[in-house]
Amino acid sequence: MEYEEAKQKIVDELTKKGKTKSKFYFNDLAKILEAKPRDAKKIVNKLVEERVLEYWSSGSTSMYGLPGTGKQAHSEGED
Amino acid sequence: MAKHETPMLDQLESGPWPSFVSDLKAQAEKRAKNEEGINFQIPVDVVDDLLGVLELSYKHGRTHWKHGGIVGVFGYGGGVIGRYCDQPQQFPGVAHFHTMRVAQPGGKFYTTDYLRQICDIWDMRGSGITNMHGSTGDIIFLGTTTPQLEEVFFELTHNMNQDLGGSGSNLRTPADCIGQARCEYACYDTQDLCYDLTQEYQDELHRPAFPYKFKFKFDGCPNCCVASIARSDLSFIGTWKDDIKIDQEAVQAYIGGELPPNAGAHSGRDWGKFDIQKEVIDRCPTECMWMDGKTLKIDNRECTRCMHCINVMPRALRIGDERGLSILAGAKAPILDGAQMGTLIVPFIEAEAPYTKIKEEVIEPIWDWWMEEGKNRERLGELMKRQGLQRVIEVLGVDPDPRMVQEPRHNPYIFWKEEEVEGGFDRDINEFRKYHQR
Ligand code: HEM
Ligand code: HEM
Ligand code: SF4
Ligand code: SF4
Repeated sequence: MEYEEAKQKIVDELTKKGKTKSKFYFNDLAKILEAKPRDAKKIVNKLVEERVLEYWSSGSTSMYGLPGTGKQAHSEGED
Repeated sequence: MAKHETPMLDQLESGPWPSFVSDLKAQAEKRAKNEEGINFQIPVDVVDDLLGVLELSYKHGRTHWKHGGIVGVFGYGGGVIGRYCDQPQQFPGVAHFHTMRVAQPGGKFYTTDYLRQICDIWDMRGSGITNMHGSTGDIIFLGTTTPQLEEVFFELTHNMNQDLGGSGSNLRTPADCIGQARCEYACYDTQDLCYDLTQEYQDELHRPAFPYKFKFKFDGCPNCCVASIARSDLSFIGTWKDDIKIDQEAVQAYIGGELPPNAGAHSGRDWGKFDIQKEVIDRCPTECMWMDGKTLKIDNRECTRCMHCINVMPRALRIGDERGLSILAGAKAPILDGAQMGTLIVPFIEAEAPYTKIKEEVIEPIWDWWMEEGKNRERLGELMKRQGLQRVIEVLGVDPDPRMVQEPRHNPYIFWKEEEVEGGFDRDINEFRKYHQR
């Protein structure tokens, strides 16, 4: 998949799901991209580098989200 | 004078052991006095507020920390763990209280100069509170604010040639025993393998894309000083294939009392005269040792290299010469299904740089499998349990080996596949009927 196409797919999908969910596991992203983990990782790394995605970490688990969506208030249902 | 009243924490100090409360109070006071004239970049009363919020949590019986966060240094998905207090007005010093993880040097060899330098950075840019070391093995810096994260990272990398470690769903900071640097039991160079894999897998360490955490640990011998067998998803334990080397004269010196058993480690009290039968031979778990007159014999085929005899008589018994390591997979702490020790998946593999076989035939196939089939937040050991050892063997493309079996007949649901059976599942019915009536 072309990078730009992949980016669009991720942004569209995460925006669509954004009403109920702000943080996504790596596996969710790989599924959206319909790619093997290693290939998905190359794309996801680049998306983070370009700040299309940002990391969220609990300390033991990492997740991904569109910038600014993973706010605490949001996950607590209060924004 | 303490900023907050902490009667419940004070009570903790009355126990018999050193108390973290006393340590935190000492640190709070040290910051308040600031005799060294440190140019504090985060609130001077961060430690007072930490004590305050903890006291409040005890009072309320609930935590006042929020969970997780977006913070990190640019380009890294691990190494920083966001922590925020949910009472920032009352405890502004800990409104942000992020954790940073710093990769510890191989074997935890430090110079005092190095320790001073990291403490200086952390006194100025953080709370000064450290955890040496976290259960992953790394240096943990506890408590700083968001703007200081890049500053600390810059100083560590530029002035100290020091990287952050792992956290979250990535490869955690690999940890090793002191190995050949100090220990004659080491069957391979733990520090070299640890460093090599750390460099090779930088992307896995800093950019999380695993289902959950993944740990490598390296022990030079089965004494397992870093407890790799219990604490890592892939545990590399040194071993040997040939015979334990015996110096019969030294055996006699232990028997005669000229050499202290365990190199004198238990000499603090009088255990009586050393008794090789009781203390070594009878304690061999495989019962493969005996005295033949004045000669100590070992049936090396039966020896499981438990290290007991070597630990007791290090001058008389030495590890063999055909050295390498065993790889065990799937150890983990409780959360799901209880704690689990590693399962042997590679009985013996050579450990010579550049370690190509270890990387390409063990680590990477395991990762590919786990990344594809592991559920979110499923540790390797849980996937192994869910899909079975048979699947692990398939993934590695190796033949099953009796040494992988922890106890026989544990699981009756392991079935032959057609391609594993000579002639497949079709049979010649006429041939069959010659022996069996309808
Ligand atoms: C009742 C309260 C808490 C519980 C039950 C809890 C539980 C846990 C668990 C199960 C983990 C995963 C351990 C691991 O990945 O090895 C973890 C990780 C962590 N926790 Fe907590 N935690 C609590 C409070 C806190 C607080 C108050 C802080 C800091 C202010 C904190 C900081 C961390 C950090 C930095 C990690 C990452 C450690 C790691 O990944 O190894 N936790 N916690
Ligand atoms: C090499 C020969 C055999 C093997 C490998 C074998 C294996 C097994 C296994 C794996 C089970 C299932 C155990 C379980 O459900 O936990 C089983 C059950 C059973 N086997 Fe065998 N078996 C063998 C020979 C025999 C023979 C010769 C008989 C009787 C003449 C027999 C009678 C039974 C019975 C009655 C059960 C059911 C037990 C129950 O439901 O609790 N087996 N066998
Ligand atoms: S694990 Fe073995 S080799 Fe490593 S330090 Fe301990 S005794 Fe020595
Ligand atoms: S290493 Fe352990 S199993 Fe091997 S001979 Fe010594 S005591 Fe026995």
